[in-house]
Amino acid sequence: MKSYYGRQIVKTPVWRPDIPAYLFCGGLAAGSALLAAGADLTRRPALRRSGRLTALGAVAAGAAFLIHDLGRPARFHHMLRVVKPTSPMSIGTWTLTAFGPAAGLAAAAELTGVAPAAGRAAGLAAAGLAPALATYTAVLLADTAVPSWHEAYPQLPFAFAGSALASAAGAGLLAAPTAEAGPARRLAVAGAAMELAASHRLASTLGLTGEPYRSGRAGALLRASQALTAAGIAGAVLGGARRDSRRRRARLVSALSGAALLAAGALTRFGIFAAGVASTKDPRYTVVPQRARLEQSAADAGGGAGGRAPAGSADDERGAVGPGRDQLADDRVARDLPGDEEPA
Amino acid sequence: MAECHPVGFQWVMEAKRRGATVIHIDPRFTRTSALADTYVPIRAGTDIAFLGGVVNYILGNELDFREYVLAYTNAATIVDESYQDTEDLDGLFSGFDPEKGVYDPGSWQYAGHAPDSGDTDADRETARPLRHESHGPPIPAGTERDETLRHPRCVYQILKRHFARYTPEMVERVCGVPREKFLEVCQAWTRNSGRERTSALVYSVGWTQHTVGVQYIRTGAIIQLLLGNVGRPGGGVLALRGHASIQGSTDIPTLFNLLPGYLPMPHHAQHASFSDWVAAIRHPGQKGFWADARAYAVSLLKAYWGDAATAENDYCYGHLPRMTGDHGTYQTVLNMVDGKVKGYFLLGQNPAVGSAHGRAQRLGMANLDWLVVRDLYLVESATFWKDGPEVATGELVPEECRTEVFFLPAASHVEKEGSFTQTQRLLQWREKAVDPPGDCRSELWFVYHLGRIIRQKLAASTLPRDRAVLDLAWDYPVSGQHDEPSATAVLREINGFEVASGEPVSGYTALKDDGSTACGCWIYSGVFAGGVNQAARRRPGAEQSWVAAEWGWAWPMNRRLLYNRASADPSGRPWSPRKAYVWWDAGKGRWTGHDVPDFEADKDPSYRPPLGATGVAAIAGDDPFVMQSDGKGWLYVPTGLIDGPLPTHYEPAESPVANPLYRQQSNPARKTYPRPDNPLDPISAVFPYVFTVSRLTEHHTAGGMSRHLEYLSELQPEMFIEVSPELAAERGLSHLDWAHVVTARAVVEARVMVTDRLTPLRVAGRTIHQIWLPYHWGGAGLSVGDSANDLFGIVLDPNVLIQESKVGTCDLRPGRRPTGPELRRYVDGYLRRAGLRKG
Amino acid sequence: MSVAERMGFFTDTSICIGCKACEVACKEWNAIPTDGLDLLGMSFDNTGQLDANTWRHVAFVEQTHDGDLRWLMSSDVCKHCTHAACLDVCPTGSLFRTEFGTVVVQEDICNGCGYCVPACPYGVIDQRQGDGRAWKCTMCYDRIRAGGDGGRAGSGGGLMPACATACPTESIQYGPLDELRDRAARRLEQLHGEGVAQARLYGHDPADGVGGDGAFFLLLDDPEVYGLPPDPVVTTRDLPAMWRRAGLAALAMAAAVVASFVGGSS
Repeated sequence: MKSYYGRQIVKTPVWRPDIPAYLFCGGLAAGSALLAAGADLTRRPALRRSGRLTALGAVAAGAAFLIHDLGRPARFHHMLRVVKPTSPMSIGTWTLTAFGPAAGLAAAAELTGVAPAAGRAAGLAAAGLAPALATYTAVLLADTAVPSWHEAYPQLPFAFAGSALASAAGAGLLAAPTAEAGPARRLAVAGAAMELAASHRLASTLGLTGEPYRSGRAGALLRASQALTAAGIAGAVLGGARRDSRRRRARLVSALSGAALLAAGALTRFGIFAAGVASTKDPRYTVVPQRARLEQSAADAGGGAGGRAPAGSADDERGAVGPGRDQLADDRVARDLPGDEEPA
Repeated sequence: MAECHPVGFQWVMEAKRRGATVIHIDPRFTRTSALADTYVPIRAGTDIAFLGGVVNYILGNELDFREYVLAYTNAATIVDESYQDTEDLDGLFSGFDPEKGVYDPGSWQYAGHAPDSGDTDADRETARPLRHESHGPPIPAGTERDETLRHPRCVYQILKRHFARYTPEMVERVCGVPREKFLEVCQAWTRNSGRERTSALVYSVGWTQHTVGVQYIRTGAIIQLLLGNVGRPGGGVLALRGHASIQGSTDIPTLFNLLPGYLPMPHHAQHASFSDWVAAIRHPGQKGFWADARAYAVSLLKAYWGDAATAENDYCYGHLPRMTGDHGTYQTVLNMVDGKVKGYFLLGQNPAVGSAHGRAQRLGMANLDWLVVRDLYLVESATFWKDGPEVATGELVPEECRTEVFFLPAASHVEKEGSFTQTQRLLQWREKAVDPPGDCRSELWFVYHLGRIIRQKLAASTLPRDRAVLDLAWDYPVSGQHDEPSATAVLREINGFEVASGEPVSGYTALKDDGSTACGCWIYSGVFAGGVNQAARRRPGAEQSWVAAEWGWAWPMNRRLLYNRASADPSGRPWSPRKAYVWWDAGKGRWTGHDVPDFEADKDPSYRPPLGATGVAAIAGDDPFVMQSDGKGWLYVPTGLIDGPLPTHYEPAESPVANPLYRQQSNPARKTYPRPDNPLDPISAVFPYVFTVSRLTEHHTAGGMSRHLEYLSELQPEMFIEVSPELAAERGLSHLDWAHVVTARAVVEARVMVTDRLTPLRVAGRTIHQIWLPYHWGGAGLSVGDSANDLFGIVLDPNVLIQESKVGTCDLRPGRRPTGPELRRYVDGYLRRAGLRKG
Repeated sequence: MSVAERMGFFTDTSICIGCKACEVACKEWNAIPTDGLDLLGMSFDNTGQLDANTWRHVAFVEQTHDGDLRWLMSSDVCKHCTHAACLDVCPTGSLFRTEFGTVVVQEDICNGCGYCVPACPYGVIDQRQGDGRAWKCTMCYDRIRAGGDGGRAGSGGGLMPACATACPTESIQYGPLDELRDRAARRLEQLHGEGVAQARLYGHDPADGVGGDGAFFLLLDDPEVYGLPPDPVVTTRDLPAMWRRAGLAALAMAAAVVASFVGGSS
């Protein structure tokens, strides 16, 4: 493969560890909000309480990470100048902006005991937003030129969704009494299974761009995550099976498995993040797949017809994206923005 | 050219776009090579062998443009029978005095001419041939010719014999250029020359900075004359100057031996009286425009001394300084080392980095009473006494350095008005864009006010020696807060004016020798014709002819192409419609064309001078080279050069090989300064490699204008050495690691760049490695490093006293150089091994 | 304001002499900070790449084939893509498309979220250390607007971008994109006629993965030789598919939660 002195082509994300930390927190918040809503509806007050508080704590921490990572944190509110469907970060910010107060209200109701109906409504609203909050972050990463993120766009949402559930379940197992922990236990197994399956696909089906998920720091983080996840599943199952006989031991096992799942969730996010970073640093991951694509399309075009067809069916999708973008662009022009507009 | 003149190189690219073939010959593959059609690597210092091979190819295959050669060059002229060639004397011409190391050129004359009774030694000391930049040296009128070119002593036959051994095989042996590559160049050059086509030859200081620099250019000129590429559009021998207005600083010189317009600085013995001086300039009886020199000389003195200059006092000729010998920059520096110089002005010059033998430069400057440095930044020449390399070695102790250094910040080119004269002799005026910051002032301000204050201090003096200063016409209008003198007023004075009315003259033909006109530089006369600053004209190219005569102003008389009479055939018709430039309009009885004809406008091509005619009248209607004393382009130079009438390949003063052509190793007439602090190693195994230096696009000369700027420094942040992969392997060097280069003078270190752009050459049956260094670096500024020019010794071309700073021999070692006192011991060790120092 | 003709750069690397005047002119005009003094040993390239402090970057490639040396030089710049990923993903609206069809960051809006940095398929836009905001080539928006008629800048009222103005050999050409595409096609034909078979255009095709570049190139070797991606695609082309996958995952997530509560007894 040819390259320019082996230098990378796409830029390495400038995001600091705040961002994988946020990915984890956002997922944890989303999963916890769902768990809390389920607990609320199925009358498991302790599980509800832990879910609501975890959701608030996690979303607050996540927002703090996000703002901290900004190059100009004082301008975080510039995110709210526009709603932009082409920007997962814009969509995510608005989702977060809606989820945060809802989670906050639910937690406030939980802590104060005031207005439980409003608390329920808020909790349900947060739960309604939670799947979006947990999965948009996968699109956020995939919607880049980072080879191992972009190519992974079919798998990443499942990894993140599964990880969010497992983490939230882990938190539930840690906090909730054994009597109410059944759904958390089952959710832990389901979430962890989803995450493991997606992670496995990341490493095994992506070809060259899957390599960073298997090797280096990212590979180590993900392998550790998988081990902890497996341990977490085992713990969750075991902790449930012994509920009659040795309660205290079971509680401990549940707590340990919860902690393992939480740690696994964090490691997954840091691992996936690291894999993307690694894929930017070697031009192979950019050049080789693109070369292969060119050769394929040249072959498809019947060998040297000259004009290269744009890559297949994606053209339709571009068409779908295009108008929105252009409309936005025109909008900017019409308002003659540069330099003089302050956010409303 | 792309490296050092990227803006000018756009026209090479434009020519290439239109189908021109670009050939680049250089020791190293540069940015120019990258864009050339053909690149030819060559051993540094062997260009005369290469070009001589081209001459031999042309003559051997009779590819010269015969009609042009016969009519316009001295090919048919018969040379004196006492002349002996280097072929006869194994590398020497007749007349060599081995004791003095100079020639008596008497035997080189044309047949029938009395030998010039000059003092060649004094001529060399004063770089006398330098004045021929604007005109040929004088010879008597009337020459013997053989129009059949068969006479054994005609120039054509002498040339043929002289270069007969410069065969493609010899070129390969001497230059390391494979003969196929060489023949490719010969074929391209000759194919693209003649009636329908012309080729241009472009060179820079890679040609001039040699002990045979003048003869390099002579060889190029011979080829261009043989091929009919002089005085015609698309032809020429084009010098690219080192920086802005270097042409201007020879026209209105910063040289010790010239006055403005190439008038000679008087020599105490040769020009004792005003009439001696004038006679030496105009040479009564010679052909050509130079015969009116008295008017130029008187007008210059009137410009200097105004009303004080009268016919009775020979226009203050006595006030002019007199040369007593070599006052060149290198002699002066060695005099400084020896304690013979009190003070030194440096205006925009950084010899601590930019001049050969940097150590001598710095030690010399450390031995003055005072030193004035005017520059944009604190350059190395202003700080050497406290942080130079000799401070590190202990040779200089700042507390003990006796030189008092005055640093005066200078205005940059955008902070003052004035003119640049570029390589085409084009004067271009520029306005001031911004005021200079702080205490920065223009050179004009500095010189004017320095003179004003000195005159004030001397005002009461009655000493005769002070008259020269007190009598000066030193009144220029000043304006602004800092009393900035008017550069426009200076340009008016340079143009010349009628003393009585102050009206600008129209050109040098209007200058008088009776004191009624004053003119600061006769060749620039006309730049203010009609009271208009002609140099400030900026009519866009699209709005005028392709010659663009209304952009700026070219000397002389706004001629864009010198000797352009040669663009027409002897009868005055263009050689071809494609190459029509200036031609004779028989109907109107005038020369006409795209440019200002470089000829008397109404001189019929059939004009033949009457017997005994002198001056302009002696120029025939088909003699295009009007500033040559026989009206011909000189293939052979019967007088005026110190080191021979024909170019001859000599090895550089330092070379790893013996001269494959002659027993004579290097230029026998080269100017040497044999002394212990200037050792040279003519041929040695201790210094097995050839090194050459040059510039990078990203930096400017000694770095004073680039290494202090972050945007430029970051583009080439560090001193480096380029070596071929083969040499890197031979010496165990790794890319980006340190290495150091040792010569008989110095050792410098740099990072290693291993690159295929340098290639080993096969020379005289062995492999010769060449290394390349940029010479920009020094100790001051944002980007610092060792100075490559420290590596050179002082040995000069005898004609113009330019230093050989483009080739030398060296050793190359991995790792960093020694520091402290150990450094000199390290170099001394080499000197002992080379037998250049005992003990 | 009227929408002007789309303007662009055509960088003909076959006549680039590597003088780096574009780099310096760009930094001078746009007052960009220095990158520091670092000898990279990559031929004469001591700049390395386009980044927040380098908006023009001249690449130098030394190649030897059968003893013949070739030294490629090429001035890289932001491509001002038709479908610009940086602009698409920018959550603040700081990045916008101008009336000239160029893509520009508004420095008073950008909050340094950094999303545009990994989004760019060419690795152009970057966050400036110590400043926090994203920076890249503006195609000298302030220069080309000067004159205010919004018309054919460079040929009309506006100034040419600094790099194109400084380029001595017209390797960098600025003008209406359609005109430049025609000119590039003619130049390519000329070079092919001269036997320079390796010459090819890059980024000129509106059917490519980014809808064609506003700044396109004539190259003498594969794009990756110059550090350019061989087949860049705007990442947002796949965005609908990404959202669909995310939607599926979200549904799966909700289903898992429901199942967890419904499927057990405690």
